[in-house]
Amino acid sequence: MPLTPAHNPPTFVTVLIRGLLAGLVAGLLAGGFGYLVGEPRIDAAIAIEEAATHTGPVADDHHAEDLVGRDGQRFGLFLATGLFGTAMGGLLATAYVLLRRRFPAADDGRSALLLAGGALLGVVLVPFGKYPANPPAVGNPDTIDQRTVAYLALVVLGLVAVWAGTLGYRSVRADAPPWQRYGAALGGFALVAGVGYVVLPSFQEVPDDFPATLLWNFRLASLGTQVVLWVAVGLLFSALMSRRTGGGPRPGDRAGEPLSGQGTPARP
Amino acid sequence: MSSPTPAQPLVHPVGSARLWWAALAVVGVLLLLTYLVAFDQGAVSRSGMFLHELMHDGRHLLGVPCH
Repeated sequence: MPLTPAHNPPTFVTVLIRGLLAGLVAGLLAGGFGYLVGEPRIDAAIAIEEAATHTGPVADDHHAEDLVGRDGQRFGLFLATGLFGTAMGGLLATAYVLLRRRFPAADDGRSALLLAGGALLGVVLVPFGKYPANPPAVGNPDTIDQRTVAYLALVVLGLVAVWAGTLGYRSVRADAPPWQRYGAALGGFALVAGVGYVVLPSFQEVPDDFPATLLWNFRLASLGTQVVLWVAVGLLFSALMSRRTGGGPRPGDRAGEPLSGQGTPARP
Repeated sequence: MSSPTPAQPLVHPVGSARLWWAALAVVGVLLLLTYLVAFDQGAVSRSGMFLHELMHDGRHLLGVPCH
């Protein structure tokens, strides 16, 4: 294993900066997807919401007060996804550094991608299955606190479920048939996610007259935005982690880990 | 387990208190940023509902519960 100065392991700060950068770019990409695919649905939902506000005594001046116009909110979409992506990229990088110290990785690019995939599953897909995103005009303001707490609880449980899946995978001997390892992983994941789905409350707040196709299209757009964000942050962070500090990319050379030493007793 | 050089204090070894404190601080800042984007209604940002309304569309599309 070459331990020349050119292969100095990156510090936490350099890994963190890679994660923040990957997250910022991913967030802007997700914002672009949301702008193209999601905004038409949001406009349609707001039109329904305002029609309801103007015909009835509904006191939802959330949008009517026009503190920020629709153009401002369209710009704000990029601000929101950019900042959110930056935060997620930084959290991903921090989690990677901490986990990487415990678990050896032959290939940091691959491990970083796997971690982002786990985050996509735990933070997006698990919560989406029970609490899918709602467009404007859907949702009872009186239950926003309960819905927020339940949503966050499911985000945490989603991550715990992914963790349980990896524990299941690692609980089976490495030389066992693959179906046993992946079966154990699925079992651990499904157990935790299933408990979360059963225990956490359900909310049925879609108005009867809200167009079903609009709801479906909005939810797909929301899911797409989040998937774009996490896939992009995973690929970009993985790409940055595949690069050597100072050495540039080295295709085929997998021996000298950029974060060398952690978890592996091979270091002299 | 070799100890890190002063120039790279944050990578090795397992159990390094400095890394854990740094990670804790970073996570705290990033969670605050996440909160400002996804949940704040002016209580922390002191911007009234301005930031909340500005990032309204993003919050909906990011799947966070909103009104």
